[in-house]
Amino acid sequence: MIETREAQIVEERAVRVRQGERERLARTWAHPAGFWGWFTNVSHTAIGIRYMVTSFIFFLLGGVLAALMRLQLAYPEQHLLGPDRYNQIFTVHGSTMIFLVVVPMMFQGFGVYLVPLMCGTRNIAFPRLNAFSYYVYVGGGLLLWIGLLLNIGADAGWFAYPPLSGPQFSPGKRVDFWAQMITFTEVSAMAVAVCLATTILRYRAPGMTLNRMPIFLWEKLVLSLMVMFAMPAVMVVSSMLLLDRLVGTQFFNPAEAGDALLYQHLFWFFGHPEVYILFLPGAAIVSTLLAAHCRREIFGYTPIVVSVVATGFLSFSVWVHHMFATGLPQTSESFFTAATLMIVIPTGTQFFCWIATIWNGRLQFQIPMLWVSGFVATFLVGGLSGPILASVPVDTQVHDTYFVVAHFHYVIIGGSIFTMFAGLYHWIPKMGGFLMNETLGKIHFWLFFVGFNMTFFPMHILGLRGMPRRIYTYPPEMHWSGLNLLASIGAIFMAAGVLVFVWNFLQSRWSGERAGDNPWGAGGLEWATTSPPPEYNFLELPTVNGREALWDAAPNQPIVVGLRSDIQELLVTHSLDAEPQLKEKSEGHSIWPFLAAIAVSLTFVGSIFNAWAVPIGAIPVIATLVGWLWPRGSSPPAPEVVGKEA
Amino acid sequence: MIGQDENPARALHKWPRFPKIAKRRAAGVLANFSAVMPGGHSVLDGAASQGRHIERLFSVLFFVCLGVYFLTLLFFAIGGRRSYNPAEKPLPIVKTPEADAVAKWWVGSAVGITTVLVFVILVLSIRTGMYVQDVSAQNSVTVKLTGHQWWWEVTYPDSRADQTIFTANEIHVPVGQRIAVLTNSADVIHSFWAPSITGKRDLIPGYSTAFSFTVDRPGTYRGQCAEFCGLQHAHMGFSVVAESPEDFEAWRQSQLTAAKEPESALTRSGQGVFLTHACVMCHAISGTTAGSHVGPDLTHFASRGEIAAGLLPNNPGSLAGWILDPQRIKPGTTMPPNNLSGEDLEALVTYLESLK
Repeated sequence: MIETREAQIVEERAVRVRQGERERLARTWAHPAGFWGWFTNVSHTAIGIRYMVTSFIFFLLGGVLAALMRLQLAYPEQHLLGPDRYNQIFTVHGSTMIFLVVVPMMFQGFGVYLVPLMCGTRNIAFPRLNAFSYYVYVGGGLLLWIGLLLNIGADAGWFAYPPLSGPQFSPGKRVDFWAQMITFTEVSAMAVAVCLATTILRYRAPGMTLNRMPIFLWEKLVLSLMVMFAMPAVMVVSSMLLLDRLVGTQFFNPAEAGDALLYQHLFWFFGHPEVYILFLPGAAIVSTLLAAHCRREIFGYTPIVVSVVATGFLSFSVWVHHMFATGLPQTSESFFTAATLMIVIPTGTQFFCWIATIWNGRLQFQIPMLWVSGFVATFLVGGLSGPILASVPVDTQVHDTYFVVAHFHYVIIGGSIFTMFAGLYHWIPKMGGFLMNETLGKIHFWLFFVGFNMTFFPMHILGLRGMPRRIYTYPPEMHWSGLNLLASIGAIFMAAGVLVFVWNFLQSRWSGERAGDNPWGAGGLEWATTSPPPEYNFLELPTVNGREALWDAAPNQPIVVGLRSDIQELLVTHSLDAEPQLKEKSEGHSIWPFLAAIAVSLTFVGSIFNAWAVPIGAIPVIATLVGWLWPRGSSPPAPEVVGKEA
Repeated sequence: MIGQDENPARALHKWPRFPKIAKRRAAGVLANFSAVMPGGHSVLDGAASQGRHIERLFSVLFFVCLGVYFLTLLFFAIGGRRSYNPAEKPLPIVKTPEADAVAKWWVGSAVGITTVLVFVILVLSIRTGMYVQDVSAQNSVTVKLTGHQWWWEVTYPDSRADQTIFTANEIHVPVGQRIAVLTNSADVIHSFWAPSITGKRDLIPGYSTAFSFTVDRPGTYRGQCAEFCGLQHAHMGFSVVAESPEDFEAWRQSQLTAAKEPESALTRSGQGVFLTHACVMCHAISGTTAGSHVGPDLTHFASRGEIAAGLLPNNPGSLAGWILDPQRIKPGTTMPPNNLSGEDLEALVTYLESLK
């Protein structure tokens, strides 16, 4: 009797302690309120959602441009858009979808939001840098789109080959808008790469050794490293182009012994890893969703991880397959054919492991899995036209035709947009706390799936019939009319599908069923907290016992104790075996990242017009950085190893 | 003169043995498919041995990939059907060691087969590449191709100046002979592409490259610029006219002559209009004082089938419209509008159309 009473007292005290802890954490980690508060917020959940919402808006805008192009090409010799307007539209469409939609959504959006949750920590590493990256990204997007809306948009294609993009053939500021947008978005992506890689390597929950790290985190780590190595190439090349245009350097001007082909090498040295930067996040989502919805650990964890790493490496040795038509020597071209074909092996391995996961699982066929099957059916078409394109002789025939347009839309929409929707249907219940409507989800899927195939499948045939890409019109006698009309009708279905999604989101947000902490019964740590997660992510920081943390958890799985709740303290663990090492204070909310982003943006934009903007703009940039890094006065908490408790 | 390599039947025998049957069948089925494709401008309707080699390789790759596609989907579908579980949130299984041990063999074999297929594709691709990209020193005809925004300068170079032919947008070649093409560009990057002949080759300023092809079916084959080159990239067409060696020689001889002297009063007045207006700033007509090579050479203008780089048929009506207001027809083209009186225009058009 007495023992029971004592146990009760202990229990009540524990509840009180937890309640007090909860309130303290909520106070410590609270998001700043008010209008200015919005700009000072450095929480990864807030920034992650902003990335997703912003890139989705750009997705809708890019879709509008696609619709305009399909309208123009529906019939031969139409005059809805002139060549000038059409060139701006396809340039901005491509640049938007690559730089402002897929990378910010799949790498930055999903990564920034989910990685700290999956690691079981309370915030991302370098949260201010992370917030800064978001504002810089928005600056780049605005620059590109304001140019288009003023009818002085970039018009040299999304890879802007000189000499066409050089000062002689593209006078004015159009190409500068494009080149500087590249700088903006790449600064943003590299900043996030640093944040994500650090978070993954140092902030994982105790017990989450490298061998237990979810595949999603593995792929984000590989991606971050790819971003760090690939993006500098494109920033260099866009800066060289700007220098050619602004201060009269002659890097790419053949008339002054410059080299037009150098640009292509540098651009595609970035450009092909970029393709895998677009695809790997999709593969990460598929691996994660398959485990959750097949109710089993992913089959072939090690081969999949090895495949992802191998893809990361191989992606840097295939860039010349974008240049097979330039007339390089056959031996070197063959090397790049071989390297390109090699990528089939790791990608195939992932597919086979996914099949085995489904085969030996207990498949739950809800909306996220519907989108995953859509991914398989569509991405595979693009994936298999890849080896066809890798072959030099065939590539010289279909390169720069609608066959390639079909190929990369199957790869990017199949690999990134289908998986984006799969991921959104899977994680929106976590982010928003509500379930999406199943019926509307199905309507969305079928409209989008049918429309997508109707739009892009005929393009394969158009390419074989000799239709080059980037033509604003075509003569009626070319027999391209019927298939183009079919493609344009398909675009209507796709647009309708996306609108159904938007409607579904808004309606479910308003009146959708509550999701609960773990609606899918999934095993990742992000499901170990409430939906949506509180500002401090986890009341009790979890520890990990296996690859699917929640499924493998012991009945009395320990939690992390010893972190202060009155300051924003994080646990730093060892990068290999995730043993607790240090406590670290997370940087707090601050207006400086926003001001620094404004200063950097003004410098970038100014440098389009006058080279003096760089030295002059450096002054406010340095000033804001000084403010950002100014010592807070309070000394950082003493490093101290944190214990665990059952 | 058909060399050994040019003989398509022989070339077929050079393929490795293993996929030969598949290849024949594949080529057959795709040939039926290409029957619904219009002729003269299609990857699947090769008129040159290079184009046909690529077509055959494409067919093989197409059917291999088609097979892989449906096999993969089939396995996904069977797997999904097999493991489908309608219960709501069944407990996770986490591990299935026995079933996974079996799956390991399947996945391993699939990866193995993929690896083998990849190497087969690589070998086939390199073999075809060696044939298609082969540039020999012995060519019966050499064509120098220079890209301009937005037309093609075609030159048949010869060490003797009076044996050099200048023309535009129309490449005449003899059937069955090896043609070497030297590429260059005067402004931005363009790309030569006649789908029925062979793969494309970029024309890059500052680089001169060479490739060759052998057309073996007489006819006119359309081509188009395939590298985005600015406002009128859509209207940068050309044609390859393949004719018998005798017809080609006749064409060559006629091109070597100076422009036809005007014979009637109307054509004489037309020549006067040409020589006293802006035309001479850019165009050349041999035998007259017009010698600028900024725009297409018009010496044998009337012998060409199309004007404005494949955009309009070469007839007096479209020529008159083109001369008056090219910007309406091809917005952005470098040719300026010309304000000519009715008589002057008629005389000019008649003169130009007399330049056979």
